[in-house]
Amino acid sequence: MDKLRLVYQQTGRARWISHLDAMRTLQRAMNRAGVPIRYSEGFNPHALISIVMPLSVGAESLCQMADIRVREDVDIAALPERLTAVMPEGLRFTDCYENADKPAELKWLRCRGLWEYDKADPAKLADTCRELFSGDVQVMRRTKRGEGLLTVTDHLRELTFSPEDGGVRVECVLSAADPVVNPDLLTAAVRQNLPQAAPDAAHFLRLALYKADGSEFH
Amino acid sequence: MDKRIERILPLVQKPGRYTGGEYGEIQKDLSQVDLRMALCFPDVYEIGMSNTGMRILYRVLNDMPGVWCERVFAPWFDMAGEMKKNQIPLYALESGDSLDKFDAIGFSLGYEMAYTTVLEMLALAGIPLHSGERTGLTPLVFAGGSVCCNSEPMADFFDLTIIGEGEDVDREVLELLRLAKREGWTKERFLAAASRIGGVYVPSLYTPEYNADGTLSAMRPRGGAPERVTKRIVEDFENSCFPVDAIVPNTEIVHDRVGLELFRGCIRGCRFCQAGHIYRPIRSRSVEKLMEQGKAALAFSGYQEITLLSLSSSDYRGLNELCDGLMDYCEPRGIGLSLPSLRADNFSMDIMQRVQKVRKSGLTFAPEAGTQRLRDVINKNVTEEDLLRSCATAFQGGWNGIKLYFMLGLPTETDEDVLGIAELADRVVHCWRENSPNRSRGLRVTVSTSCFVPKPHTPFQWEPQVCAEEYLRRVRLLRDHMKAKAVTYNWHDAETSFTEAVLSRGDRRLGALLEEIWRRGGYLESWSEGFRLDRWTESAAALGIDLPFYANRERPLDERLPWDHLFMGVEKRHFLREYRQAHKGVLSPDCRAACSGCGAKEMLKGGRCDG
Repeated sequence: MDKLRLVYQQTGRARWISHLDAMRTLQRAMNRAGVPIRYSEGFNPHALISIVMPLSVGAESLCQMADIRVREDVDIAALPERLTAVMPEGLRFTDCYENADKPAELKWLRCRGLWEYDKADPAKLADTCRELFSGDVQVMRRTKRGEGLLTVTDHLRELTFSPEDGGVRVECVLSAADPVVNPDLLTAAVRQNLPQAAPDAAHFLRLALYKADGSEFH
Repeated sequence: MDKRIERILPLVQKPGRYTGGEYGEIQKDLSQVDLRMALCFPDVYEIGMSNTGMRILYRVLNDMPGVWCERVFAPWFDMAGEMKKNQIPLYALESGDSLDKFDAIGFSLGYEMAYTTVLEMLALAGIPLHSGERTGLTPLVFAGGSVCCNSEPMADFFDLTIIGEGEDVDREVLELLRLAKREGWTKERFLAAASRIGGVYVPSLYTPEYNADGTLSAMRPRGGAPERVTKRIVEDFENSCFPVDAIVPNTEIVHDRVGLELFRGCIRGCRFCQAGHIYRPIRSRSVEKLMEQGKAALAFSGYQEITLLSLSSSDYRGLNELCDGLMDYCEPRGIGLSLPSLRADNFSMDIMQRVQKVRKSGLTFAPEAGTQRLRDVINKNVTEEDLLRSCATAFQGGWNGIKLYFMLGLPTETDEDVLGIAELADRVVHCWRENSPNRSRGLRVTVSTSCFVPKPHTPFQWEPQVCAEEYLRRVRLLRDHMKAKAVTYNWHDAETSFTEAVLSRGDRRLGALLEEIWRRGGYLESWSEGFRLDRWTESAAALGIDLPFYANRERPLDERLPWDHLFMGVEKRHFLREYRQAHKGVLSPDCRAACSGCGAKEMLKGGRCDG
């Protein structure tokens, strides 16, 4: 078996590492740790690494996944620790296994976010947000094919708001495939539909991935 | 990380360059630190992190017990704007602390166009710009790097500058500062003591005097400062610091690879080249040492590419052996080895072909001038036959792109020399037709010209720069004669070359000009986004400064030059001799064929120059 799935966390200062930079960072870490990574056989060989669900700049994750191909057997159990030892601050490997679920089976993503309000009362705002999302909420989003309206509430399975020191805690399970609903779209939805409730800052943390039937994406 | 910084990061491009936290970053416990140093680079992260000097000094200074050296880069315009808007002072990447928490603020200065960026970085940190306005012992604001060989344009702003290589002298300065801090010295006492350290120049201890025509007449030292400051070098280069555990950036930088430093100095003596003169004497590392360092740096960093650094890699005695050794290591691991700074000769092409098995990089040659006559004037010891033979070998080996670099405005240049560039390009195209095994892939020849900038401490230090109109006339002349479809012609703009010529041979009176340009928004001027010529001309007019006086004036050979009191190892009589040889069109042999007695080997007490 030459296909391995690595699970890692990307938090703290590492949340500012972009997808392409994360790819480079992973590849170099494999080299540092002496992981016998397989290379493509083209004119400009590149390491066979792919990130299952790229993270947007500024977001954190406890459930990032990278699929790699190796040339020879490696000690799977020891791999996470070996890699974590050679990672920059904020990147930490937690698991490694074979026989992973196919990326196409991924459907839902659980996230937690904080909407920060510098001046307003969190309790009141939690109510306002809850009310807004109780009906259909549309958001204008830009995709490769241009701008379009998306009814974001059609692609949510859970959404809760709770007041917290300095802001509103947002917990949600949203579609991670077909369509991909970036949690930042929730923030954008508030900004577009209820500007007076727009947070002063927002950022999300990915918690878990699920398949269509709600079982854990492994 | 400061909450306020986290707030603005989503608003700027490439936030990864403002966070720190990279692999290899050095964190220290503040309770164990009694001297904090900010190593500043007056350009953006991607440029500064690519600088070998920064990598070396970061390691050297952090190896000092009790010293924590952190990095500071210039924020791009968007980030600088957000920081100002939110009143966030310039901070160091490791701790996130603002610069006012530091004892020493040292700038690495490699090019003149970074000067106004230094001023903006100090302003962003809330630190007074002028040395005289900073009355306390700390923060000590100083600079080192190649442009400090003429420290005068920035003399008003730095408390001291480091002349030559910083590995040893930077440490000595920090040790003295630590002692001064502990014993409560005044800044004056510290600077007087620092001026006695070899390689330290304290501008405030020197008073310039001028003639009626505006030229310099004298530079008067006081308080026991030396008449002439002699640069410092690393004598034992073999065993000097090479950081195999340098920081690996989280985001892509300009030179995103391991850089292995083969040797310092250059045997060639091209008469326009400052680096070839100020880094003498020639000191190299052994093949064994380089192999060891290269492997260790690749293993530590995980980089997939390694490059050899020097002013002329073909002149490294063990190049064959080193390349073979490195290829044995790199090839099975898919690591690319690149060889910049090769001379256009057969030996180099042979190595190039053997080395570039993993990834083929582009091929670049710098004949610098279009005719043999002018190449002899500048002492560029490359003939057209050499170049065409190398091209033939390259084309046979499957290369189908080549870049050629030239300068326009070199001393004695005529239109014939300019047109010689077009002819040379045509011959390269012809050479490809005769040698390419597969012509269907086409050929790309890129010819680039820049405007010659006369530099201090070179045989051309007295030469005028041609004015911008004349440079552009020669550009047009050349462009009109570039006929082959395969040839692309790029030229560097005249404006920044002009301002570079003003600054490179400027004197202390330019401090006011730099400050005025900065006040009018000059920042990151090595980027087209940050440079505007009218800012320069308007500032100069407002202050009554005549820019062509610095850039376009031929200086008499007996004129006192603003850098005459800074000694880079090569004696002025050598520059004079080479100046005269140039005007006779006579080549000088390279250092290995015959020592020219430039004086630099005297810096090696007992050691020998590898010339």
